[in-house]
Amino acid sequence: MTRTEFWQGNTACAEGALAAGCTFFGGYPITPSTEIAEHMAAKLPKKGGVFIQMEDEIASMASIIGASWTGARSMTATSGPGFSLMMENIGFAAMTETPCVVVNVQRGGPSTGQPTMGAQGDMMQCRFGSHGDYSVIALCPSSVQEMYELTAKAFNLADRYRVPVFLMADEIVGHMREKIIIPDSVEKIPRKELEKGVLPFKAGDDLIPGFATFGKGHHVHVTGLTHDERGYPCATNVNLHHNLVKRLVDKVENARHDLADFSVINPDAEEVFIAYGAPVRAVQQVLHDRPGQDIGFLQIRTVWPFPDFALARFKNARRFLVPELNFGQIAREIERHVNVPVLSIPKLGGDLHLPRELTAVLERGL
Amino acid sequence: MTFEDWFRKDRLPHIFCAGCGNGTIINCTLAAVDQMGWKKEETVFVSGIGCSSRAPGYIMTDSLHTTHGRALAFATGVKMANKNLHVVVFTGDGDLAAIGGNHFIHACRRNIDLTVVCMNNQIYGMTGGQGSPTTPLKCLSTTTPYGCAEPPFDLCELAIAAGANYVSRWTSYHVKELEKAVLAGLQTPGFSFIEAMTQCPTAFGRRNKFRQVIDHVEYLKAHSLLKAKRDRLFEEGKEIPPDMFVVGELMRRNRPAMGVLP
Ligand SMILES: Cc1ncc(C[n+]2csc(CCOP(=O)(O)OP(=O)(O)O)c2C)c(N)n1
Ligand SMILES: [Mg+2]
Repeated sequence: MTRTEFWQGNTACAEGALAAGCTFFGGYPITPSTEIAEHMAAKLPKKGGVFIQMEDEIASMASIIGASWTGARSMTATSGPGFSLMMENIGFAAMTETPCVVVNVQRGGPSTGQPTMGAQGDMMQCRFGSHGDYSVIALCPSSVQEMYELTAKAFNLADRYRVPVFLMADEIVGHMREKIIIPDSVEKIPRKELEKGVLPFKAGDDLIPGFATFGKGHHVHVTGLTHDERGYPCATNVNLHHNLVKRLVDKVENARHDLADFSVINPDAEEVFIAYGAPVRAVQQVLHDRPGQDIGFLQIRTVWPFPDFALARFKNARRFLVPELNFGQIAREIERHVNVPVLSIPKLGGDLHLPRELTAVLERGL
Repeated sequence: MTFEDWFRKDRLPHIFCAGCGNGTIINCTLAAVDQMGWKKEETVFVSGIGCSSRAPGYIMTDSLHTTHGRALAFATGVKMANKNLHVVVFTGDGDLAAIGGNHFIHACRRNIDLTVVCMNNQIYGMTGGQGSPTTPLKCLSTTTPYGCAEPPFDLCELAIAAGANYVSRWTSYHVKELEKAVLAGLQTPGFSFIEAMTQCPTAFGRRNKFRQVIDHVEYLKAHSLLKAKRDRLFEEGKEIPPDMFVVGELMRRNRPAMGVLP
């Protein structure tokens, strides 16, 4: 039996994590993400899990990686300033292929910026913020329902692909309250354990090695140094480094079709909106106010890896309109994949685009 | 088993320079671990970045070689998520006291059930000999070419003040004492901190008039002030020579600890 609740987005995120079997939360308070930590602090100990408030976000990220190696589904939640502090250890998670979930309830930046106002300014940072080449998965919820569903999904993807998975929410979605339908249970796909006798960083065709959980007798050495298939440091071998980093990137990028999560409305339209996160709601209102088939809409839930092939669904598109709470971070990504104009519609400061601001852009025409 | 059975045989040769004290400290630590009778599969070694932090890579257990300064934060995650695991941390003076200083005091405050062995060579060994927060006044390093002008940390005092249950300091000369101290640390629930003063002929000794490795070891021995003697001097109202450091068991208590199985 499903049940209906009236929840805040951040509550839904925490509940989605609990439903997915998250047993470890390490975090540091920061607006507008704090409610997630508070909810986990209240709920996890009663379920036999661990909540720990670390001394900073560097330590938070470290703690969830450590917990993950014991087999736990682990997560942290933060916002801009904390996200910046996490970057080095996010790279460590990518290099060591450690499954973990990082929630960023985005606020206005740079620096301390606007603690209580929504933004989407960290979309590129989540993709490229740590040094070196790597790939990650990032999901963007646009409703309280999606806060729940995408958080739960993030744990499955982290375990499947052995990467940090980001829930790139924003203050608007994190703090909005609306109706949510809670399923009986959510799908849980367990992490693939390393088979005995197989080297701990040797990958098969899917490019993802089995996981050598600590305490199970694998005697695995895990290092952020470039390592061979045994996990041993091997930091000056040119080909080995190239192949390792290529695998870290390919295992995610090659799976972009499997990872894709988007919806298409009015694929024959010439004017097409593309949005993720809170601005989705403004576009939905525009479509609601202008029934018919003249406006197309692509809502993207998996922003990284970017589902470039989804753009081809709009065969008649003469223009893509991209409202974002930043100066066109994903609009630039879209531009790389299409031959028609891409119009970035940035809005910073904390307010969502008004539907009439979007229709005004439409009316201005090509 | 002996301490030798804990090594990975396929990882030799190691990266440590000739005359480095790290091997001595690793041996002492593993000898103590061996006496605990722990199984390899339930023991985890964690470290940060530095020469000292390379130790876990030579040990045949699960091991996590992390980022510079953050070993204790990673170890906190491992221990809290699976309290059945015995978690031992290797770290260096720079790793623990500079970039990792905040994690150090908070791990002590939590009194989390970890045993931490700090190889204090009073220098950044791995990066070629820059000054660290434990480089003594006036000592030469590549970033203190006119002599270190900053007073050093006393890591043991720091650990005691921050709440650790067990604290000892010895040197690479005092191998028996060091082994016993690590053993006591492993046996004590809560945060155990063992500081092992050690020579670094390549990055410290060479620049500070220790022509031979043994000169530096002799220096560490000669400048060790036994705790009992320090206490006596204190009672007699006599001054403690400023270039001496106290060795011995400096704290053993039973404050409430985190990460201990009920
Ligand atoms: C964030 C970061 N900053 C700087 C470094 C460079 N670095 C590597 S090891 C090291 C110092 C290590 O000194 P210590 O902890 O005393 O270890 P030792 O090599 O002396 O054993 C530094 C600064 C790094 N790896 N990461
Ligand atoms: Mg050092």
